[in-house]
Amino acid sequence: MELIVSLAIAVLTGSGVWLLLRPRTFQVIIGLALLSYAVNLFIFSTGRLKIGAAAILEKGQIGAPQAFADPVPQALVLTAIVISFATTALFLVVLLASRGLTGNDHVDGRDPE
Amino acid sequence: MPQNVYLLAVILLPFAGSLIAALLPANARNAEAWLAAAVALGCLGLLVFLYPGAGAAPVRYQLDWLPQAGLSFTLRVDGFAWAFACLITAIGALVVLYARYYMSPSDPVPRFFSFLQGFMGAMLGIVLSGNLIQLVFFWELTSLFSFLLIGYWHHNAAAREGARVALTVTGTGGLCLFAGVILLGHIVGSYDLDAVLAAGAEVRGHALYVPTLILILLGALTKSAQFPFHFWLPRAMTAPTPVSAYLHSATMVKAGVFLLVRLWPVLGGTNEWLWIVGTAGLATFIVGAYLAVFQNDLKGLLAYSTISHLGLITLLIGLDRPLALVAAIFHVFNHATFKASLFMAAGIIDHETGTRDLRRLSGLRKFMPKTAALAIVAAASMAGVPLLNGFLSKEMFFAETIETHDGSLLDDALPYIVTLASMLTVAYSLRFIREVFFGPPPTDLPRTPHEPPRWMRFPVELLVLTCLVVGIVPSLTIGPFLQLAVHSVLGSATPYYSLAIWHGFNWPLLMSVIALVGGVVLYLLLRKPLQHGLRSSLFAGRFKTQRLFDLVLVTVSWRWARSIERVFGTRRLQPQLLLLVSVALVAAALPALLHGLSLAPVALDGIDPALALVWAVGIACALGGTALAKFHRLAALILIGGSGLTTCLTFVWFSAPDLALTQIGVEIVTTVLLLLGLRWLPKQLEAGVVTANMSVLKRVQRLRDLAVATAAGAGVGLLAYAVMTRAAPDSLSRFFLQHAYSDGGGTNVVNVILVDFRGFDTLGEITVLAVVALTVFALLRRFRPAADSIDIPEQQRLQDEHDDAAADRSKGDTIADYLEVPAMIMQLLFPFIFIAAMYLLLRGHDQPGGGFVAGIAMAAALILQYMAGGARWIEARLRIHPLRWIGIGLLLALFTGAAALPLARPFLTSAFAYADIPWIGKVPLASAALFDLGVFSLVVGATALMLLALAHQSIRGHRRPAPGRASTPETN
Repeated sequence: MELIVSLAIAVLTGSGVWLLLRPRTFQVIIGLALLSYAVNLFIFSTGRLKIGAAAILEKGQIGAPQAFADPVPQALVLTAIVISFATTALFLVVLLASRGLTGNDHVDGRDPE
Repeated sequence: MPQNVYLLAVILLPFAGSLIAALLPANARNAEAWLAAAVALGCLGLLVFLYPGAGAAPVRYQLDWLPQAGLSFTLRVDGFAWAFACLITAIGALVVLYARYYMSPSDPVPRFFSFLQGFMGAMLGIVLSGNLIQLVFFWELTSLFSFLLIGYWHHNAAAREGARVALTVTGTGGLCLFAGVILLGHIVGSYDLDAVLAAGAEVRGHALYVPTLILILLGALTKSAQFPFHFWLPRAMTAPTPVSAYLHSATMVKAGVFLLVRLWPVLGGTNEWLWIVGTAGLATFIVGAYLAVFQNDLKGLLAYSTISHLGLITLLIGLDRPLALVAAIFHVFNHATFKASLFMAAGIIDHETGTRDLRRLSGLRKFMPKTAALAIVAAASMAGVPLLNGFLSKEMFFAETIETHDGSLLDDALPYIVTLASMLTVAYSLRFIREVFFGPPPTDLPRTPHEPPRWMRFPVELLVLTCLVVGIVPSLTIGPFLQLAVHSVLGSATPYYSLAIWHGFNWPLLMSVIALVGGVVLYLLLRKPLQHGLRSSLFAGRFKTQRLFDLVLVTVSWRWARSIERVFGTRRLQPQLLLLVSVALVAAALPALLHGLSLAPVALDGIDPALALVWAVGIACALGGTALAKFHRLAALILIGGSGLTTCLTFVWFSAPDLALTQIGVEIVTTVLLLLGLRWLPKQLEAGVVTANMSVLKRVQRLRDLAVATAAGAGVGLLAYAVMTRAAPDSLSRFFLQHAYSDGGGTNVVNVILVDFRGFDTLGEITVLAVVALTVFALLRRFRPAADSIDIPEQQRLQDEHDDAAADRSKGDTIADYLEVPAMIMQLLFPFIFIAAMYLLLRGHDQPGGGFVAGIAMAAALILQYMAGGARWIEARLRIHPLRWIGIGLLLALFTGAAALPLARPFLTSAFAYADIPWIGKVPLASAALFDLGVFSLVVGATALMLLALAHQSIRGHRRPAPGRASTPETN
């Protein structure tokens, strides 16, 4: 299991970084999306992978860490998901504005000579 | 009222006055002057109440700010600080009165009086600070205010230049002082002045003593315009004369001397002190006096004379003996009185005649007899003529130079050197008087000279009277105050000294006589050549350090800055990102390489084939999306959506239902968002030809990027594997699991963390979301698409053509037909999605759900309606106000948090109970649920705002860019 998830993280990160270094704005935005999947999975995985662990407490229960999915990385990832949506939106609009102003979708606003 | 309140008021009054002064109308000269005078006199009055008796403990006012870092706002007044504060406020009041008449009605006075009072406040801050860091703060504040005051007439290039040089020199000195003070605080273990003053022996014995001393002296000596940093002071003469009279007599330049005296008990008494301070003072004394003789500008002469006298004071402090310190403090006050009056007199002369050139002025005694008499007395005091205050401190100075200090050659020569330099002092004082007031009546002056207004002369009269009274009956007038100031610095080491005018025939008297006679002779010899433009040959007019300063400034701030930018800067994004990724890669790889990364053996038998299959698809999607992102954006978007769904499934797989819910919601809105953006991107049609004719350089770059990407992927993957295969440490999760129900009243631990334990983080996060949404909205309001994106998309054009061609169809029918069934379903779905969103919101505290995912679901419901009916259709029926949703959400979250404050609980403390609502049943009613409602509302608003703003671009009419840029459209 750990092997598959780390492999997934590796591929997502690699693809994300590759796209980040590409010259077209849309490639960069897709790269950021892939990278954020990778990062979210990575943060989540630091809480260790547990299949079938309880996610919700019983009423009045005092939870033991072994029996539960680790809530702290989950809380972190939950906010990260929302924030990455916000940054994607912001970046998209910035790239659209830049494209409108420069007439070009290169990350520098103009094609290299 | 207790004394420490008075103390606080002394500091606050000038700043309050400064603020009020800035707000008065531009021509309110009288109101400004009244205000500033009231503030200065008010401070002086408060200081009277604060009069510390001899030997009394200092009055303190302390307000802790960062007590852990030893930082507190501390005010402290002892005899020395008290005397200095009185000097600052008294001369300040006189300068204000003088400035009322000096400033012309066309000058914008609010700025002037505002800066002047601010400066006074900063200066009082220096002398009354009980904390060294705070002292440095006020120190820099005086540099800033002096910059503003010197550059007051900013239309004048010389004034701007003078202000800039003054700020650069004193500001740099201030930074050195800051470093020195931090070292001092490090040695002592406290920044509190009393603690530092008590730790003198410890400081002097410390290994860091010399660096500390040098840094602090750099601050003090630059401020006091000591050689070789003296050049800023003559340049600052471009300031209005009231400013010069204030800054260069009683305040700015005296701050350095003040600090030297203040810290003498801590830092003084060593050879380093003697040599650095003494030498700097001696050199300044001589150079200043020498250059003053050659000045033709009235204020220039006074400026160099100020430098020289500051050198004298610094030399006295450097001599490192209690009696010399008494003389230094005494001379600080004497110099302030006679120099302020001389500056004011120079200003009057400039004001009434229109020139300050010594070669043009002559015989003014007949035109302004009273001013002449006043200036003559003040100049005589500067020269050290008996029966005036300048004579007294100069006698003490001579007496001190005769004493043996370290027995070196320089020490033995000192009395001769200072006598010679004093001759120069006498010579320039005499020149000032003789050239301006005596001789034939002036010719071709810009204005006909006459006496100034009565009250413009009043400050000069008062100051000159002080010179006389102190000079004649010193022990009855200045005596007690001097004793008070000296005692608070020296304590039990206060020496016996006599303030009498007559000490019998002794060496100092002889030196005074020689200086006076020699000075007169020197002046008579130099008079004619000076009239005919003799310039100092020794230092070629201006001293070289100034040119050096300019050179350094140009080199550092212009040449070096440019070449550094050229070498290290780039405006291209790709190299920057590459650098960023590479640095991260190296930083992460180094520890692993140095210490090893022990990996668990790979176990293939535990692999779940289902998960493997899911991720086989996910990885294929990611790689496919990566490959297609350039030329097939829509396909790439769909493919990375696949990776997103796989991620979502992974969260479900590993027991994180909340994450999966949120991820799928966000996945939907992100995809919609990017789809809306696709319309405005240019077509990329060159697929297939790319790899064929790629240059070698490009190939190399791509290989390099591939290597970096592979390394990054492999590294993060390895790290993740290494983390996951280790046993979990006992983290703070235990706390959350244990207290989620008992303290937070919820069984969904993740949600309780978000809205309760870490509610403040969530508040920050939703604020970010709101800011981003507003930014997106603002950016899109002025959105100008590129020329080739303005035309209606091809598909829509074809549909419209088809609709137009058929007789029974109207525009938009095709798309309506095409989406008829889905649109119907989407419209019917609205109430169901709404209920689902509410359900997710309400149960969020106990079951998977919460404000975030509910908000996104709600926003998705709204978007679906837009997609089904079109923006015009939906907006005719349902107005959505995303900005209100955002505002209400943010306020709700804030008020829920603030509701805890009246109950004396910290911000965002939550309370909870269960309420029995008919039909629905038991509902957890925590205050955190209200907070979550705020989160929900904000997320709905922000998401809807972003998506709708982008969607509206398609139905908005876009103006074409100017012709020439636009390609010729085929239709339209």
